[in-house]
Amino acid sequence: MEILELYNYWVFAILLMIGFYAVTAKLNLVKKLIGLSLFQSAVFLLYISMGPVEGGTAPIFHADVTGRVFSNPLPSVLILTAIVVGISTLALGLAIIVRIKEAYDSVEENEIRELDRQ
Amino acid sequence: MSVEAYHLAVLQVVVPLLSAPFVVLLRPRGLAWAAASAASAMAFAIAVSLTAGVLSGDEYRYAVGGWAAPYGIEIRVDALTSLLLLVVTGASLVALLAGRRSLDVDIDDARQPLFYGAWMLALAGLAGIVVSADAFNIFVFMEVSSLASYILIAAGPNRRALPATFKYLVMGTIGATFYLIGVGLIYMMTGTLNLADMAQRVHEVADQRPVLAAAGFIIVGLALKAAVFPLHAWLPNAYTYAPHAVTVFLAACATKVQIYVLLRFDFLVFQGNLPGHEFQFSHFLMPLALLAILLASGVAMMERNLKRLLAYSSVAQIGYIMLGVSLLSATGLSAGIIHIFNHALAKGALFLAVACLGMHIQGLRLGDLAGAAKRMPWTMAAFVIAGLSLIGIPGTAGFVSKWLLISAALAEGSLGIAVVAVVLIGSLMAVVYVWRVVEAAYFQSPQAGSPEGRHEAPPMLLVVTWAAVLGNVYFGLAPGLPIKLSQAAAASLLQHLP
Amino acid sequence: MTVFTVFFIIFLLTLMVITALAIVQTKNLFAAAMLSGIFSLMSAMIFFLLDAADVALTEAAVGAGISTVLFLGALALTAENERAGTAGRAAALAVVTVITAVLVYATFDMPRLGDPNAPAQLHVAPWYLEKTPEYIDVPNVVTAVLASFRGYDTLGETFVVFTAGIGVLFLLGKAPVGQPKVSPAMTFAGKTGLRHYQIPRVVGRLLIPFILLFALYVQFHGDYSPGGGFQAGVIVAASVVLYALLEGEEQARQALPAWLLRLMAATGPLIYGFTGVACMLLGGNFLDYSVLAHDPVHGQHYGILVIEAGVGVTVTGVLISIFHSFAARGAK
Repeated sequence: MEILELYNYWVFAILLMIGFYAVTAKLNLVKKLIGLSLFQSAVFLLYISMGPVEGGTAPIFHADVTGRVFSNPLPSVLILTAIVVGISTLALGLAIIVRIKEAYDSVEENEIRELDRQ
Repeated sequence: MSVEAYHLAVLQVVVPLLSAPFVVLLRPRGLAWAAASAASAMAFAIAVSLTAGVLSGDEYRYAVGGWAAPYGIEIRVDALTSLLLLVVTGASLVALLAGRRSLDVDIDDARQPLFYGAWMLALAGLAGIVVSADAFNIFVFMEVSSLASYILIAAGPNRRALPATFKYLVMGTIGATFYLIGVGLIYMMTGTLNLADMAQRVHEVADQRPVLAAAGFIIVGLALKAAVFPLHAWLPNAYTYAPHAVTVFLAACATKVQIYVLLRFDFLVFQGNLPGHEFQFSHFLMPLALLAILLASGVAMMERNLKRLLAYSSVAQIGYIMLGVSLLSATGLSAGIIHIFNHALAKGALFLAVACLGMHIQGLRLGDLAGAAKRMPWTMAAFVIAGLSLIGIPGTAGFVSKWLLISAALAEGSLGIAVVAVVLIGSLMAVVYVWRVVEAAYFQSPQAGSPEGRHEAPPMLLVVTWAAVLGNVYFGLAPGLPIKLSQAAAASLLQHLP
Repeated sequence: MTVFTVFFIIFLLTLMVITALAIVQTKNLFAAAMLSGIFSLMSAMIFFLLDAADVALTEAAVGAGISTVLFLGALALTAENERAGTAGRAAALAVVTVITAVLVYATFDMPRLGDPNAPAQLHVAPWYLEKTPEYIDVPNVVTAVLASFRGYDTLGETFVVFTAGIGVLFLLGKAPVGQPKVSPAMTFAGKTGLRHYQIPRVVGRLLIPFILLFALYVQFHGDYSPGGGFQAGVIVAASVVLYALLEGEEQARQALPAWLLRLMAATGPLIYGFTGVACMLLGGNFLDYSVLAHDPVHGQHYGILVIEAGVGVTVTGVLISIFHSFAARGAK
C-alpha cells in the first residue's frame, strides 16, 4: 500500500512533463498536438486520484446504501468536462494543421518558418 | 432589486451564448451579422445596466440552478466585474458594427454564419469568465472563449494566420492546463471550487506545498494567457494576421480578461492567506512589467508592419497594467485597473483606424502608408488622436492612467523614482513608434502609380472609429466613471490583504 | 482496494509512462496515434479502478475511439512521418526538470490516495452524496452533480463541443484550392469503403443496430449507471464511422446529410440553454429544474432528461460533422 500512496501523483508529474516536452521541443505539428493531448491527459490522472476513499465504491446508489462508503463524485464530473475540452481542442488543432498543410505543403514548424521568411 | 435585474447577471452570459446557435443557422447574406450585432448590442445594454446597478450600490449574486455556493456555481458582479463587462461587450459591439464591410471581403458568404457564431461564443465565453465566481467554471468559459477566438483568428486572409493560430492554440492550451492543475491542487487541499469559499479555507493549509505549487501554476498559466512578458510570444502574429475587426475585438479585451482572473484569484485566494505572498507577487511581476514596457516598446520602434507594431505596443501596455498592480497600493491598483479600460479605448480606436486603412491599402507595411493622409484624411486624423491617447497626452484617456500610475509610484519613495523613469521612457518610445506611422502617412510621397484623390473608408466604419476616438477624448476630460469603478475595484481587492 | 488492485494500478501506471515515452520517441506518426489510443485505454482502466466509472467509459470512447479516428483522418491529409526532429531541446528539458521538481516537491504534503480524511472528501463532496437522494433522487451521483448541481459547467461544456464543430466546419468546409494528395491509409474516405469484403461487411452491418441500441441505453440510463448524453453521442458517432468504413463515405453522408448534422449541432445547445431559460420563466433561477414540475424532485428528473438529450444531440451532430469534414477533404 505504501508505495501507491503517492505513486499516482509522481506518474502524473512525469506524464505531464513528457507531454510538455513533446509540445515544446518537437517540430512536427501533429506530434506537438499528440504531446498536447498527453499533457492534458496527465491532468485527468491528478484529479481522478483525488476521488477514491479507502473501502469505498463508485458513487452509484444501487440497493441498500446504509453503512457503505462512496468515493468522491466531484473529480469525475470535472474530468468529464476536461475530456470534452481536450477532444474539442484536438479536433480544432488538427483542422488547423490540415489547412497549414494545404497552404504551405508542410507540417514541420521550421520549414513553415522558413517559407514565411521569404 | 426587481426580478429582471436579479437575472441580469446570468443573462449577460446567456444572451450571447444562446444567440450563437441561431446565428449559425441563418443562411441569407448579412443576416448572421445583423443577428450577431443585435445580440452584442443587447449584451452591451445588460453590461450598462449592471454597471448602473453596481454604482447605485447593488450587489449581484446569483446561484445558478438554485444551488447555493459552494455546492452550486455562483455568479457575482461587482465594480471590477462591471468595468470588464463594459470593455468586453463594448469592444464586441464596436468591432461588429465597424467590421461588416471588411469581413465581407475576408470571409465568403457560405462561412459567415459560422464566423459570426464563433464571434458570439467568444463574447459569451469572455463574459462568462468575468462574471463567474467558481474556479472550475472559469476554466470552462475560458475554453469556450479560447476555442472561439482561434476560429476568429484563423479566418484571417493571409496564410500566416494559420501558423499564428496554431501557436496561440498550443500556448493557450498550456496556459489553461496550468490553471487547471493549480485549481486541482487547491481543491485537493481545501475541498472547494468556489473562490470566496477557497479564500476562507486555504488559510488553514497556507503553508502546505501543494498550495504553494498551485499559486505558481495559476499565476504562470494566466500570465501565459494574458501575454505577460516574456510569455507573450503568441500575441504579435495572432493580432497581426487576424481579420482587422477581430483584432479590434480581441486586442481590446481578450488579454485583459485573463489579467482580471489573475487579479481576482491572486488577491482573493492567495494574498492575505499565503505568508509573504504579496511580496513574491510584487517582486515577480514588477521587473517583468518594467522589462515589458522597455523591450516591447523597443521592438515596436523597429517594426515595419503596422499591425505588428501595434501588437507589440499591446505587450508593452500590458506591462503598464501589471506595473500598477504590482505596486500593491490603492492608487497603484486603480491605475492598473483603469488602464484596462483606457488601453481598450486607445488600442481599439487605433485598430479601428487600421481597419479603415485596410479597406484601401494592401499589406499595411509602413512603406505602404505613404500618402495615406491625403487619400484618407479622416482616418489618419483619427489615428493621430488615438495615438496621442496611447502615448498619454493630457486631454486623452491614456493620460489619466499614466497620471495615476506616476502618482502611485511617487508614493513608493526611491523605488518609485525608477518606476516613474521607466514610465516616462516608455511614453517617449510610444511617441517614436506612433510618429513613425504618422511620418509615413503624412510626409512620405506616395509611390508612383498609386491612386490619386480622396478615397475614404466606408461611412459606417469611419463613424464607429470616430466614436471610439471621441470616447478617448471624453474619458480623458471627464474620467469620473472609470475612476470611480477602478477605485471601488481596487478597494475591494485590497480588503483581502492583511 | 485489494493488494492485487494496487499492484495492477502500479503496473498500469508504469506501462503508461513507457507508452508515453514511446509516443514521443517514434518518428512514425501513425504509430504515435495508435499508441496514444492504447495510452487512453490504459488510463480508462485506471480510472475504473479508481472508482470513476463514468470517466473511464468516456475516456475509452473519446481517447481510444474518436481521437484516434481524428488523428488518422488528419494524418491521411498531412504526412505519416515526422521529418525534422527537435529544436531547443536543452531549454525544453530544463523547463521540464524545474516543473517536475516543483510537482514532486509538492506531492509530499499531499493527502495519500484513498485517505478518507483528505480535505477533498470532507467539504463539498459529502454534501453531494448526502443530498442527492433528497433533492435529485437519481442513483448515479456523478449524473446529479454533472447535470444539476454543476449543470452550468455542463452547459459550457456543450458549447465547447459546439464551438469545436463550428471551427472544423469553418476551417475545412470550403473546398481547398489545390488538389490534396490522398493517402491510402485513409480507407474510410474511399468512395466504396469495404463493400468488396463480405465478412467485415456482414458482421459490421449486424453490429450497427446493436451499437445504436447501446447508445440509447447509455443515453437514457445515465441516471442509474455510468453514461449520459455525451457518451451516447460518442457511441452514435462511432457507429456512423463504422458505417462509413463499410459502405463508403458517400453512403454515410446520404444517410445523415450535412444540413441535418448542422441542425443537430445547433439544436442540442439550444435545447440545453432554453431548458435553463424555461426555469427562469417559471420563476426559478437559470437551470433550476425544480420549478419544471409540481414536485421539485420530478422537476429535476425532467430537467436532467431534457438536458442530457440536448447534450446527446449536440455531440452526435458535431462529431459526425467533424468526421465528414476530415474525410471529405481527402476524397476530393
